[in-house]
Amino acid sequence: MDNREFLLRRLHSLLGVIPIGLFLVQHLFINHFATQGVEAFNAASHFMANLPFVIFLEIFVIYLPIMYHAFYGLYIAFTSKNNPGHYSYMRNMLFVAQRYTGVFLVVFIAWHVFETRFQVAIGAAEADFNMMANILDNPWMFAFYVVGVLAATFHFANGLWSFLVTWGITQSEKAQRYSTYFTLLVFLVLSIIGIRALLAFV
Amino acid sequence: MGEAAKTVIFEIERRDSTESETYFEKFELSYRANMNVISALMEIRRNPVNMEGKKTTPVNWDMNCLEEVCGACSMIINGKARQSCTALVDQLEQPIRLQPMKTFPVVRDLVVDRSRMFDSLKKVKAWVPIDGTHDLGEGPRMPERKRQWAYELSKCMTCGVCLEACPNVNDKSDFIGPAALSQVRLMNAHPTGSMNRDERLNAIMGEGGLASCGNSQNCVESCPKGIPLTTSIAALNRETTVQMFRNFFGSDHAV
Repeated sequence: MDNREFLLRRLHSLLGVIPIGLFLVQHLFINHFATQGVEAFNAASHFMANLPFVIFLEIFVIYLPIMYHAFYGLYIAFTSKNNPGHYSYMRNMLFVAQRYTGVFLVVFIAWHVFETRFQVAIGAAEADFNMMANILDNPWMFAFYVVGVLAATFHFANGLWSFLVTWGITQSEKAQRYSTYFTLLVFLVLSIIGIRALLAFV
Repeated sequence: MGEAAKTVIFEIERRDSTESETYFEKFELSYRANMNVISALMEIRRNPVNMEGKKTTPVNWDMNCLEEVCGACSMIINGKARQSCTALVDQLEQPIRLQPMKTFPVVRDLVVDRSRMFDSLKKVKAWVPIDGTHDLGEGPRMPERKRQWAYELSKCMTCGVCLEACPNVNDKSDFIGPAALSQVRLMNAHPTGSMNRDERLNAIMGEGGLASCGNSQNCVESCPKGIPLTTSIAALNRETTVQMFRNFFGSDHAV
């Protein structure tokens, strides 16, 4: 029995929440230190950047999972034939939005990693408050980051909903409706945290 | 009454064969009370003259029961897939646009070939095997309340509307669609059918199976029989999660 597709798809769903979703939450929480001033943000950022075995943490908790999720996700996104026009039900709209935000996030995250992590790695920059303040000084970049943060929080919250379905945790219509409310709350809370942090840099 | 005679305008996507070019043809019919799409198509067949007054070929379509239990007359009516027998002209915006369900191979005009759905039912073993070389005796009893619940799932008429509405059933994917998946849940719920439940679960864990569902939930919104397709899918997701671990680690509970 060839169930490779089944396992790849389940892995895609799992990685989206663990570790990528958890990393996103942690990332937004650390960013939020920016609202407490330059010192607080730099201390938090410094702590994260100097975790023991940080390169292995990055590779196995961030880079590999996110690359798998991104590339397999692109395959999923481009094998669907979206039909929100005639079938404009809420879940179908969210289905379409999940695919659009996913494709956008591949671009956004690639740019974000290049602009921050990669520049630090080649020694061209230092990851601190000033770096982000410089980037977000440009109103176009600020807008790009706002859209990026909202796309990420939406994609995570809605992905969490379908994770619960995909693994058979929410089964009945009522369970799925309640998890819609819950994931809406997740989206709102994470968006507020993320946007507050962005505003703190300008 | 002095009113101008009321008419109904149909705009139909036509083609002469699977490979040939498609074209739209308009027809204007005189209105009759309680008309449905099929009675209008019958009217066109009786007098195949299009809106320009030219004689044309009669429009082909599929039909059988005329009471929404056979699933044969499904087509896209004003953008949404549904049965034409229960599509009342009074409830439709005009011109009424009829198109074939292009998720399936189109045979001619509005006739589609739904063979792939029946092939999927074979693939997932959507039956209860009871044949033996000797009398197997009575099967286990099914609780009445469970039977009533299972009856809802058994209303599926393989009409193809859920496949047409599903964004993940298309020529780029081999997803079997919600209908066959829900039948796995029905057959696995049957006390005798459940004796082969692992075979069906393994079948839907294969290519084009359960994993191809993207949870757009168009199926449950579109199903003319109100079958809880997404609940079936989520329930199967739970069962295949367990089956996945059983397959991997081995289990004393094969069934």
